[in-house]
Parts: sequence; C-alpha cells; structure tokens
Amino acid sequence: MTIASLIATPSELTDAASNKTAIVLMTRIRLARNLAGRPFPGWATPAQRAKIAETCSAAVAATVPLKRNLSVSVSELGELEKQILVERHLISRELSGSKQGSAVIISKDQTVSVMVNEEDHLRIQVLRAGFQLKKSWNIINGLDTSLEASLDFAFSPTLGYLTACPTNLGTGMRASAMMHLPALVIASQMEKVVRAVNQLGMVVRGLFGEGSDASGSIFQISNQTTLGESEEAILKRLTSVLQSIIEHELNAREKLLEADAGKLFDKVGRAFGILQNSHLLNSSEAMNLLSLIRLGIDLGAFPDANRSTIDRLFIEAQPGHLQHAQKGEFDPGQRDLLRAAHLRSEFANFVHPDFSPINCEKN
Amino acid sequence: MANPLKCDLCDKPATVHLTQIVSSKVHKVDLCEACAQAKGVTDPSGFSLSDLLLKASLNPEPSGGALRCESCGYTQLDFKKHGRFGCAACYDTFKGMLDPMLDGMHKGITHSGKVPQTALARKFLHEKLTKLELDLTDAIKSERFEEAARTRDEISQVKQAANQPPPR
Repeated sequence: MTIASLIATPSELTDAASNKTAIVLMTRIRLARNLAGRPFPGWATPAQRAKIAETCSAAVAATVPLKRNLSVSVSELGELEKQILVERHLISRELSGSKQGSAVIISKDQTVSVMVNEEDHLRIQVLRAGFQLKKSWNIINGLDTSLEASLDFAFSPTLGYLTACPTNLGTGMRASAMMHLPALVIASQMEKVVRAVNQLGMVVRGLFGEGSDASGSIFQISNQTTLGESEEAILKRLTSVLQSIIEHELNAREKLLEADAGKLFDKVGRAFGILQNSHLLNSSEAMNLLSLIRLGIDLGAFPDANRSTIDRLFIEAQPGHLQHAQKGEFDPGQRDLLRAAHLRSEFANFVHPDFSPINCEKN
Repeated sequence: MANPLKCDLCDKPATVHLTQIVSSKVHKVDLCEACAQAKGVTDPSGFSLSDLLLKASLNPEPSGGALRCESCGYTQLDFKKHGRFGCAACYDTFKGMLDPMLDGMHKGITHSGKVPQTALARKFLHEKLTKLELDLTDAIKSERFEEAARTRDEISQVKQAANQPPPR
C-alpha cells in the first residue's frame, strides 16, 4: 500500500458515523512498549535507531491486523503527507518532527497504527469511530500479545512496562475518547467539567492533544496515570467518567432548549447561513460552525444521515487535507478562501434545517 | 573555583542562585543568565517556582548529578534536562530519585496490569537452558556421567518445550 492510496481512502473517522457516535466521536487506545536491552529512541545512536526500527517494523508487519499495511519511514514522507496523518490521528506531531530512523505502520483500514521510535520504541494505537473502549482494548491487547512472540519487551515485575518517560510506566496505556460537547461549551460549564474530570484522575485536552485548542467543541478525555492499576480498572474508570460527561452534555442540551430554544436555533441557523455563504473561513471558525450543525443534527433539525458528512468535513477543513485536495501549498489567507469555497459547495445542496419537530417542553 | 556551578537547565555556568523554602523544605536552584531570564526569575512578581522546583527536587543532594547509568551512560543531569530516561536499566540506576517521584505521579507504585507472559516464559526457558548446559559441561569434566546423561535429557526436554508455539 502507498501513502497516496492511504490518503485517498477515507479515514475511520469519516465513516461509520451512526447515532452511537453522537457525542463520542472516536475512541483511541495506545500502548507504549520498548525492546529490552536497547536504549530508548531519544538516547539511541542513529545506528541503534535504525536497527531498532528494522526489528520493530518487521515484527509489526507480521501481525494479523497489520498484514495489509502502509509501512513507511518518516523521512520518506512529505510535509503535507505528515500533516494529513496527524490530522487523522494516525501519527503524533512528535513523530512527524522526528529524526532519522522513525517509522510508522498503518493498517489498510486505518484503525491500527504503530509508530516506531517516537518517544518509545513502539507506540501501538487502535482507533475506532464511536464509543468503543472495550472493542479497542480487545484488538490492541491481542496485537500486543502477538508482538510478544517475536519481541522481548522491557518489563519489570514491580514497575511494569518500562517507558522512556516515567509518566507512562506500568501499563503504558493511554485510553482516550474524543467528545463533541457543544452544549457544555455554550452553557460555559466546560471549566467545571474539566476540574471534576481532573479530580477523577483523567485529563481533558483539545482535538489534537496537548496544547491544542478545543475548536469545534471537541475534547479529548484520557487517563492520566498508568501505574498501580490494571488496564481493565483504568478503562472501567474512564468509561464511567465518559458516561457521566455524556449525561451532563445531554442535560445541558435539554436545559438550553428549555431556557431559550430560539437562541439555540438561531445559533444553528446562522451557522448554516455562514457555511452556505461565506468566502473566508479559518479552520477554527469552520470547526465551530460545523460543530453547531452537528448539534442541529443531534437535536433533529437535520436528518441523521448528514452526521457523517459533518464528520468528514471536520477533517477536510484541516489545513493538510485542504491543501492536499487543492493539490498545492497555500498560505493561511489563501486557505481561508479555499476552505470557505469548499464548504459553500458542500452546503449548497444541504437540507435546510427544520426546527419544528424539536420538543422544547420539559418532559 | 575549579568547578563552577552549572545551570540546572542547561550546561552553562550558573550566575543566578535562588533559595526558597516551600513547605519547610529548602529548594536551591542555580541558573545561567539566559535560563533565569526565560523562566522569569529576574521578575519576582511573575515568577512561578513550581516548574523549577519539580526539576530541582530531583536533585536533593549536591553530589546527585554524578549518578550515571552503567548500561547506557545516561546521567542524572540528563534526566533533569529531558525528563526521560536513557534505557530500561536507568530505572535501576536512578531508583532512589524515582521512587519519591512515582508516588505523586501515579495511582500506585506497583504494576498490577498486563504481564508479557510469552516473553517472560521464553526468557525463563533461555536462562534455564544456559544453566543446564553449564551443569552438563561441569558434569562431563568431573566425569559424573550418570548426572551428565540426566542433564542432557533435561536439556532436550526444555528445548522441546521452547520450540512449541507460544500459547495464544
């Protein structure tokens, strides 16, 4: 498989958007693993890195979920290609800027990716649309076990899997859900949610992880600690936190409808108007407008079938995807023009919102 | 002075020395001009020590920087700079400074999750085989042939077990 054909195939995230994905857009689990007896990537010499990459890539490509894959070293990828993979959450920003000897192996369906020589020798990731922590864990656990057959991992009975950074020690597992929380944002309750979630040992980040903003009301919630608890216990805790956030978001939506439905409908209606008619949209504004349309779909103002279109546009509005589609590199000003043009054409034939079926009364 | 103090964040000579008492513990930070500026130390009103203290607390005694991993050559100073280790053996080398850190960092300090069974079993068999082979050489050398025959049988049994496909 080539990078071109991978990019031409829609991401897992643009697909399969059913009702179940209404609030949890995507679930992701990653495991950090290192080979025993080799220095961690950040401290290894270029020759050692090359050897590690060779060993890891061969072992990974031999596993069942990655039989059909794209296997490529980071130095072979162009800037735009790397950006697209970051926007699809298939590689990290850190890997895209890494030195010689880093690689990535991505499954054909883009649900499994393994980064080699990122911060750790192996960063195994499984990504699924919707709320699928259990399924993702089963897949990644199986993949990890089959890697054990050919790789000796750095492991200590007391400290668990040994990682370059002690914050990943133990299970080496980071599980996260990408959540769409527009009502909590509109009702200014996100700060409260973030604080409560932090107290429960979970972290809230923006769409693209550490340091990114939360445009489009999209947040990533993940476990903070990795040592002292089993994977199942961490996932159980995360699941209950996610469920309670979903509940809060649904309550906030109900309250917004009760308190001032007209105001909410106005936001969705205006977003629709801007998407149909604007000529300049930066990616943050585009994300926020698309988020409001998605909220409109969840409320019933648009048919459910349109949700997958919005999820696709969330990704197509990103700078890398936009430039790839337009076959060139453009400065931010030109991108805003192109982005608006793309969204205008997408929304030209979009169904108009119909707010009449929405029940604003308290049940 | 033969050995001028080095900056805690980079290797340049330190010219700014800061002592603060936080929860009845003395924290000392030595910085070069550039790092002090970058961290806002020169502007006392906007200065937050927390970030620096975290790094400084990793170095409780002045001789701490001398610790060095035998396996990969990583030093405590390297860890202070990067916040990451050089290799798996560093976890043994720097155990003394790591343990107090882990306490606040994680839910517990002992792993209770997945164990790489297949790999550990393989390692166990490998070690057992190495030991048996030594025993065998030993037994032959000292002409204990009955024992040698027993050991040889055991070796072939272990080898057979090792060649079986790992349990799924």
